[in-house]
Amino acid sequence: MLSGLVRLIAFAAFCAALVAGPACADAIDDALSGFTTDKYDDTDKALQGLVATAAPNGLAVIEALAAGRLLFDPESKTVLYKDASGALKLAKTGEPAPAELAGKPLKTVRVNNRLRRAVDAAGGAFELRSPDAAKRAAAARAVFKTRESTALPAIDHALADEKDAAAKKALEQARAAIILGKADAPEAERAAAAATVASVADPDALAALRTLPADTPVSVKAAAEKGVAAIERWATVANVIQNLVYGMSLGSVLLLAAIGLAITFGVMGVINMAHGEMVMIGAYATFLTQSLIGAYLPALNSASLVIAIPVAFLVAGAVGALIERTVIRFLYGRPLETLLATWGVSLILQQAVRSVFGPSNRTVQTPEWLQGSIEILGVSLTWNRIAIILFALAVFFALQLLLRRTSLGLQVRAVTQNRRMAGSMGIRTPRVDAMTFGLGSGVAGIAGVALSQIDNVSPNLGQNYIIDSFLVVVFGGVGNLWGTLVGALSIGVANKLLEPFAGAVLGKIILLIAIILFIQKKPRGLFALKGRAVEA
Amino acid sequence: MLKIIGGAVAAGALAAAALFGAAGAARAADDTIKVGILHSLSGTMAISESTLKDAMLMLIDEQNKKGGVLGKKLEPVVVDPASNWPLFAEKARELIAQNKVAVVFGCWTSVSRKSVLPVFKELNSVLFYPVQYEGEESERNVFYTGAAPNQQAIPAVDYLMKEEGVKRWVLAGTDYVYPRTTNKILEAYLKEKGVAAEDIMINYTPFGHSDWQTIVSDIKKFGSEGKKTAVVSTINGDANVPFYKELGNQGVKATDIPVIAFSVGEEELAGIDTAPLVGHLAAWNYFMSVDTPENKDFIAKWQTFTKNPKRVTNDPMEAHYIGFNMWVKAVEKAGSTDPDKVIDALPGTEQANLTGGVSKMLPNHHITKPVLIGEIRDDGQFDVVEKTPDLVPGDAWSDFLPGSKDLEADWVTLKCGNYNTKTKKCGGGA
Repeated sequence: MLSGLVRLIAFAAFCAALVAGPACADAIDDALSGFTTDKYDDTDKALQGLVATAAPNGLAVIEALAAGRLLFDPESKTVLYKDASGALKLAKTGEPAPAELAGKPLKTVRVNNRLRRAVDAAGGAFELRSPDAAKRAAAARAVFKTRESTALPAIDHALADEKDAAAKKALEQARAAIILGKADAPEAERAAAAATVASVADPDALAALRTLPADTPVSVKAAAEKGVAAIERWATVANVIQNLVYGMSLGSVLLLAAIGLAITFGVMGVINMAHGEMVMIGAYATFLTQSLIGAYLPALNSASLVIAIPVAFLVAGAVGALIERTVIRFLYGRPLETLLATWGVSLILQQAVRSVFGPSNRTVQTPEWLQGSIEILGVSLTWNRIAIILFALAVFFALQLLLRRTSLGLQVRAVTQNRRMAGSMGIRTPRVDAMTFGLGSGVAGIAGVALSQIDNVSPNLGQNYIIDSFLVVVFGGVGNLWGTLVGALSIGVANKLLEPFAGAVLGKIILLIAIILFIQKKPRGLFALKGRAVEA
Repeated sequence: MLKIIGGAVAAGALAAAALFGAAGAARAADDTIKVGILHSLSGTMAISESTLKDAMLMLIDEQNKKGGVLGKKLEPVVVDPASNWPLFAEKARELIAQNKVAVVFGCWTSVSRKSVLPVFKELNSVLFYPVQYEGEESERNVFYTGAAPNQQAIPAVDYLMKEEGVKRWVLAGTDYVYPRTTNKILEAYLKEKGVAAEDIMINYTPFGHSDWQTIVSDIKKFGSEGKKTAVVSTINGDANVPFYKELGNQGVKATDIPVIAFSVGEEELAGIDTAPLVGHLAAWNYFMSVDTPENKDFIAKWQTFTKNPKRVTNDPMEAHYIGFNMWVKAVEKAGSTDPDKVIDALPGTEQANLTGGVSKMLPNHHITKPVLIGEIRDDGQFDVVEKTPDLVPGDAWSDFLPGSKDLEADWVTLKCGNYNTKTKKCGGGA
């Protein structure tokens, strides 16, 4: 396939000169006709045929096939494609399509995984000559992955006049991966290649080193084994780092979900079973914001998540304040009734959302800048997880600042420490109660924005987090935000350290038991409040 | 004396009642035949089940437009078991005993089916169950219109072996009965095909699992051994979205490690941005994208009925379509909605499915279905990449599990759901 493409590039000019010649045109027609049968095997043959005949327009056709822009007219069996700008062109010549074809119901040539791989490989060889160094490097990495020996001439050719250091390194690694498995290459060169491949130290390198044929010379095998051992040695270290980082990431999700509860439950002492639904409302607010922006202000699309943060805060906060004013304020000091009433509220909210938005999941798009992942020290971290870690910490410190440095924060602390004293100092305690509950709910709404990126936006979203949130707050110590932070992160890390050998299900059970035992020993959690505040 | 006359009159009345009882009761039940719909409209399963309720309402509406059944209109009776398994049994009892429904269409999860089974047996009614399930069951009162493992899981694995050359397998599932049984069957099947134990990785996660970082990176590592690796996913509904998001974000492409899912359909994909998932697979007996006149007609009716031109159809809906029409045919054949007569009339009933074949109810109360493999497209639909040439008959008892290999279900000649061919006895294992 790859060699074919190289040939295609080399001989394109040749057939282009002869395109009027009947032999060349017939072969191209034959090849193209394979695209019109709507069968994967025929499409594959057509792809190979296109390369073999070195059709002058072949590259454009192959690119169109990869992008799903290759079309055919089922009646006349004409193959067409849309170029990147959307103009309809004839596959054979690249000329604009006659107008009568444009109006017909054209079918797209379908691709499956096998074809997608073939097209990728073809594209890889093509991109080795791209003017963009980053693309050349990416193409070289694609070759490194496939280790297709037919790509060697193209790689050598590209290496000869490569100036960019990163692209050159990637090309050399790709070359090494091919040489390593090439039976007729000199033994010493292959052993050296093994070391180069091992230096890449990623899953593809491992695959390359492990899949040497049985008749490989001993020296090469030894070099490969040495490479594997080195990668695996590092892998055990990387594994620990990975689990720690994943634990931090899980912990930050827990922190986000629990931090609102740390205020409503931790500071105010309200057992709020509807807390999860505030998170869910925040997620739906995100969905609505994104849909509205998509419909009316498409220019702001990529910023819609950021815009959704204040929206979710205000919506969830307003709902929270409303619940406080209409239900909870009548139940202060009666924990059991509060529990039941808020449980009822949570069911009402769930069903309300289900009735309005339907029971199915809603799609919240992930903006481009949060997609994908980076590899640091062999640990692959997705951007959205990194963003959530930073976001959770930002919310935490903003909240600390609010409670410690503003007059609202002062009033909140005063009211929760001694309601009557605060009241007699002129603080309107009912208003502060509503504000505090609204604040806690609003923060839960913000958590909903973040969770919409990693979880389902469905009416059940909140349910999945309510238990974990209580766990974090109780474990960390009721009434202490720092306790919530430490509690969330330690539960997250412990969970991820347990998961690899205990499994996800058992891991969670072990963790629960550990926390129960811990609470038995220290009923007030990690950071227990001391002094008179405890009694209040 | 008066007493005796009174007694005689009463006796006469009783006799008369006995004579005209049937007619009287039918008159009392009015001129409609009641059809029970037992699908959760609230709670966690509402996401999947409420669609089926609407599909049933549409099918009943259609049938009524055609004149109903046996000259009577059908009347749907909808109850909401609220994703609560014990409530399923209560609601089933309510439907059969109080509302006197002739048949019930319902349930989604296996545990809800298991919880209503005793009720259907006790009150002798008929249940149509439309969801793909783990098999290992055949009851006289239940008709299984979803896929048994041999109509979904095994052909899916076969496809991956043949078409993608997969040598290493990750069996990932949610921790409950369907994935565990299916994976047990698959593990036995793969080992029979010569796959070594170290090339199979089995992983279970709790319901609604949302943190997939560790598992996805484990899958990546498992796939770096140089052998083609695939994931067979029996992950349930809600947990799929975060799973696919993590796959997409960690850059696991379908061309590297394809994931084939048994519980992800058009409805589930509606909640995901499918662009990063293009090429991942699903195995079903129906896809909305199947190009047949019957299917086009069905989709058009569905979108008109729901007044939503974007509403998608899915596999369990087709199962209800087949099951409902089979029930109508069986009732007309039996000339009655009496459960015993309908149960006897159903095996052998044929009904055109929506993918261009004719499904048939088998004596084991499962049906014949084609198996389709689809690849996810960027518009949330599936491209059918493989379809079995013939319809596959549903097998209640898997041939790959030691306990169930010798069992056979046949309600026509053997009158038994778990006949042991070794001991020649009805009643399961030796």
